[in-house]
Amino acid sequence: MKASRLALLATALGLVAPAAAQEIVLGVIYPLTGPAASTGIELKNAAQLAADLINGTDRSVGLPLAGAGGIPGLKGAKLKLVFADHQGNPQVGASEAERLITQEKVAALQGAYFSSVTATASQTAERYGVPFLNADSSSVALTNRGFKWFFRTTPHDELFAQNAFQFLKDLEKKKGVKVKRIAIFAENTEFGTGAAKLQEKYAKENGYEIVGKVLYPPKGTQLTSEVQKLKASNPDIVMQSSYLGDAILSMKTYKDLGFLPTGLLANDAGFNDSEFLKTMGKDGDYVISREVWALDLAAQKPVVARANALLQARHGVNFNGNSARAFTGIFALADAINRAGSTRPEDIRKALRATDIPGDQLIMPWSGIQFDETGQNRKGAGIIVQVQGGKYVTVWPFTLASKDVVWPLPAFEKR
Amino acid sequence: MTGQLLLQTVLSGLLVGLVYALVAVGLTIIFGVMDIVNFAHGEFLMVGMYASFWGFALWKLDPLFTLPLTALALFALGAAVYRLVIRRITDAPMLSQIFTTFGLMILARGLAQYLWKPDFRSVDRTIVAGKVAFAGLQFGLPQVVAAGGAVATTGAVWWFLRSTRLGAALEATAADKEAAALMGIDAQKMFALAWGIGAGCAGVAGALLSTYYPIFPEVGANFILMAFVLVALGGFGSVTGAFWAGILVGVVEVVGGFLWDPAYKLVLVLALYLLVVWLRPQGLLGKA
Repeated sequence: MKASRLALLATALGLVAPAAAQEIVLGVIYPLTGPAASTGIELKNAAQLAADLINGTDRSVGLPLAGAGGIPGLKGAKLKLVFADHQGNPQVGASEAERLITQEKVAALQGAYFSSVTATASQTAERYGVPFLNADSSSVALTNRGFKWFFRTTPHDELFAQNAFQFLKDLEKKKGVKVKRIAIFAENTEFGTGAAKLQEKYAKENGYEIVGKVLYPPKGTQLTSEVQKLKASNPDIVMQSSYLGDAILSMKTYKDLGFLPTGLLANDAGFNDSEFLKTMGKDGDYVISREVWALDLAAQKPVVARANALLQARHGVNFNGNSARAFTGIFALADAINRAGSTRPEDIRKALRATDIPGDQLIMPWSGIQFDETGQNRKGAGIIVQVQGGKYVTVWPFTLASKDVVWPLPAFEKR
Repeated sequence: MTGQLLLQTVLSGLLVGLVYALVAVGLTIIFGVMDIVNFAHGEFLMVGMYASFWGFALWKLDPLFTLPLTALALFALGAAVYRLVIRRITDAPMLSQIFTTFGLMILARGLAQYLWKPDFRSVDRTIVAGKVAFAGLQFGLPQVVAAGGAVATTGAVWWFLRSTRLGAALEATAADKEAAALMGIDAQKMFALAWGIGAGCAGVAGALLSTYYPIFPEVGANFILMAFVLVALGGFGSVTGAFWAGILVGVVEVVGGFLWDPAYKLVLVLALYLLVVWLRPQGLLGKA
């Protein structure tokens, strides 16, 4: 009598999941309207494709759980994604997270692309005790909050900074290229100064010498003094963080003033814009930049090509760094729910904590997914790409490279 | 620090300063004649850059070949803006004038974004591509040509004001509107002419810049601050003042940024400006 009353109470409080769930509801929060809507829709499509693959019976893509006809650990229960639009607004993100949790009764949340929105939405999830999986925000601070319910599969900015130095070390080992003197060149707002700080830290740790650090105000009329300063510091390589306009202007100034380091390592942003490649033409060749993902990974990972073919067939677009990460996020959640064999948030959280997905079961260039105590995936990694013939190709990690890295930078006149 | 490196930076500063000067000359003429601050001046520059870009993108015409056309088109645009908009606020309170030209600025940027997308464009092949190198110094040919073009245009405007009847009439209107009108000078025509020349100068600067600077709807903002500094530094309404101020500001910006810290290059320019207006409120060559 007493026991059954307790059970009744527990059910009423939502502590016990209803038996034999037919559907597992996941809340997915992305910017579906507003200035980042085009990215948001891509993310949504990729997440839906992942869920449909898991619910379907086609195993040909070759990812675990894909084609399982639902979650095996829950008797084939299907994944149901409920999408919410945060409009790029942190407040909307938090209230949508609350709505998904209290009204849609989601088992877990995924989102939110913008670091600022991820911060608020995951705070709501933390308050309600619902797992929040972040697949695509790179601000380091997100995993430094001591949250219990927050998990991030993507590498963050600090890992990307470390990657650049691993690349330099590998370059020395494999090609005998010795780099010693590094100049940092960055715009002086949040993005550039943050990157410069990390680069300085890791340069010191790895025994490189910072011979120059030039921070410039963005959107200037000229970068002549900056480039002269770089030139005078006589570096082996330049590590640069610039948005598009300054990236173009700086490359032109390099050429005009005859400045040519042996390598130019860019920090994404302006350098990875298609407009940069178009404008610079041959002068943009051999720039090296960090990336989170590239389609030519398919050369070493056939699963990338197969997944991409599915997205192509459905939406007529290729995967990119954002959509590939959203796709992977749903698989990571499904993997945890499958092992948990339950839709209770606490069970899912425990299963997420024990996640260990090997790299060959991912379309990402990572060595796997395994969360550390902060919820950060410790096996994530970026890739390094180089412009070759007007296109970005993967050159590092060497095991995933589709082309050999060209080093040193050939003179502008000899291209 | 070698002398050569210093000379290189000084000359680089000179090149960029001469282009600043041309943008400022247009602004200072409009102000000198009408006492109106044109906040939309950077947008004339932007339109000049887009005109050059489209000439190149659609018909493969080099910005330097289309430069006379760009100048004429911008002259017409400037005069039209006067006829359609500015004429109505000639005697309005200063605040209305500021809001009007400010509104024009926002309208022009919005239109550019709507019509031509917010993308960065550039003229990727031009006849002036290349370098000028001598005695261990080197400069981009586009910058050298732009500086040369800026000097030639500024010189032409200066000559026009000094040595032609029309120019004298314009100067007379600037000096005293009523007295000039009594002498039979049509003030309306002079005002339209000032706006035409002002916009034309910005158009030429835009065409010259388009050979090496990226083109986008907000590009005017990058140059307009310098133009305002130059106009005040050189003396309101003074063409020669704007010219010398341009050289001074360009050199201070580039050399100062190089010797000190590029993050403070604008600080140096504005400190210089404050110093000058403190010691000489009318500007370097302005009349008290």
